[in-house]
Amino acid sequence: MAIISTAGLARTFQTNSGPVEAVRGVDLTVQPGEILGFLGPNGAGKTTTLRMLTTLLPPTGGAATVAGCDLVRDPAGVRCRAGYVAQSGGIDPTVSVREELVTQGRLYRLTKAEAAARTEELAKDLDLTDLLDRKAGALSGGQRRRLDIAMGLMHRPEVLFLDEPTTGLDPGSRADLWDLVRRLRDEHGTTVFLTTHYLDEADELSDRLVIVDKGVVVAEGTPAALKERYAGSADATLQDAFLAITGRGPAPVDTTPVAV
Amino acid sequence: MSPFLSDTALIFGRYARQTLRSRFQIFFGTLMPLLHLLFFGPLLTDMPLSSQGDSWQVLVPGLLLQLGLFGASFAGFAVIIEKNHGVVERMRVTPVSRLALLLGRVLRDAALFVFQAVLLVLAALVMGLRAPLGGVLIGFAFVALLSVSLASLSYALALKVRTPQEFGPAINALAMPSMLLSGLMLPMTLAPGWLDVLSHLMPFRYQVDAVRDAYTGEYATTTMLHGVLVAVGLAALSVTVGTGVFRRAGA
Repeated sequence: MAIISTAGLARTFQTNSGPVEAVRGVDLTVQPGEILGFLGPNGAGKTTTLRMLTTLLPPTGGAATVAGCDLVRDPAGVRCRAGYVAQSGGIDPTVSVREELVTQGRLYRLTKAEAAARTEELAKDLDLTDLLDRKAGALSGGQRRRLDIAMGLMHRPEVLFLDEPTTGLDPGSRADLWDLVRRLRDEHGTTVFLTTHYLDEADELSDRLVIVDKGVVVAEGTPAALKERYAGSADATLQDAFLAITGRGPAPVDTTPVAV
Repeated sequence: MSPFLSDTALIFGRYARQTLRSRFQIFFGTLMPLLHLLFFGPLLTDMPLSSQGDSWQVLVPGLLLQLGLFGASFAGFAVIIEKNHGVVERMRVTPVSRLALLLGRVLRDAALFVFQAVLLVLAALVMGLRAPLGGVLIGFAFVALLSVSLASLSYALALKVRTPQEFGPAINALAMPSMLLSGLMLPMTLAPGWLDVLSHLMPFRYQVDAVRDAYTGEYATTTMLHGVLVAVGLAALSVTVGTGVFRRAGA
């Protein structure tokens, strides 16, 4: 059974210059334990979709279930079972790492003791133990991102949504984060739904990719299948496939030999 | 403890700790009313204010509500900063009660402004205020209710606007006329007819008149009844509006 499934999920924003269809009808399914890369050009509707799937934004059309809970009828159920790490993270820089983690656990209705224990456990797991009593604002970019992710994991969610988790990280921190995501899936069976603009990251990390453009799904499949189908060969880069799919670059290379 | 109460206590604790870390935030709010008390209050002592009490019993209730008015209506600044850090969204994806997200914050504000009101009344006692204890306590209750109301509305507005540059002027534009029209500095009974009528459209007018009654020991008056009804009604309305905005916030 799919852990995430959407049918015609849509969101239209009313603006002064008329309605804007940010998401026009997204159909996708994600299997339990899958790492799904959700790609698309800027403005394709990735973040809006994510904000709908995490209950932050009510859809204006379509339906979805996340971890067995209906998005519209049971947002509270979705909130208990899903974790979300936004691009901006959501940490108050003036608060200590420990306080943020414990508070987050309590927001997920853990008891004080459970929240404290889970904080220690995650800190150990994500290499934050020595930083627990520091102010969140004093962390480096990579440490900060690990904290953001720890925040999203406090309640052991079945599904973790990551919005551009490695943007702004140095190569070492990115590699660490990839390991962390794989570990989450391998050790805890967590389903990971992530957006990224780094195609090497999507290629490296995702079991399957869903590419959206102009608010609809325009392609999906394993990285290898997409390369094969849209860029002509499994050895092509995902970049070529992506540009061919979204029409934002040169057309796929014509494979017929040039006539002499 | 029910989830709602523990959520509220959790949010209250988070923001109370934030306030306690900043001595500036704790004391700064008393500055403006304190200056009025020191440099404006003495001007009134021999003036005919057409009220039962002496000038301090007229001025101090106004300054208490001024404290709430200017303090609480700017509470939203903090939420703009939090919104930009993503803190509001991060809390909204958790199962935490939306009412608690608002109430925890506004109860912190109420506690802060009542504390500042206590300091102000102590200073006023030194300046010459004499008022019954019951009346003074009623005054604090009005400060608390006004803080809850205005802080709720302030958070609601802050979640709607995009930048602090829009928020500050908007609040100033609302707070200044509210202060003048509700007769916080001098009672509106001194006003010409049209101004008196206009001031009755201002909810704070009823509250300050009620506190002035309380400071002269008059508790069972229609003015008091109106003040209580307006204060409670405004608080209920504001919390409802604020919670609604936290439920939908930040789209």
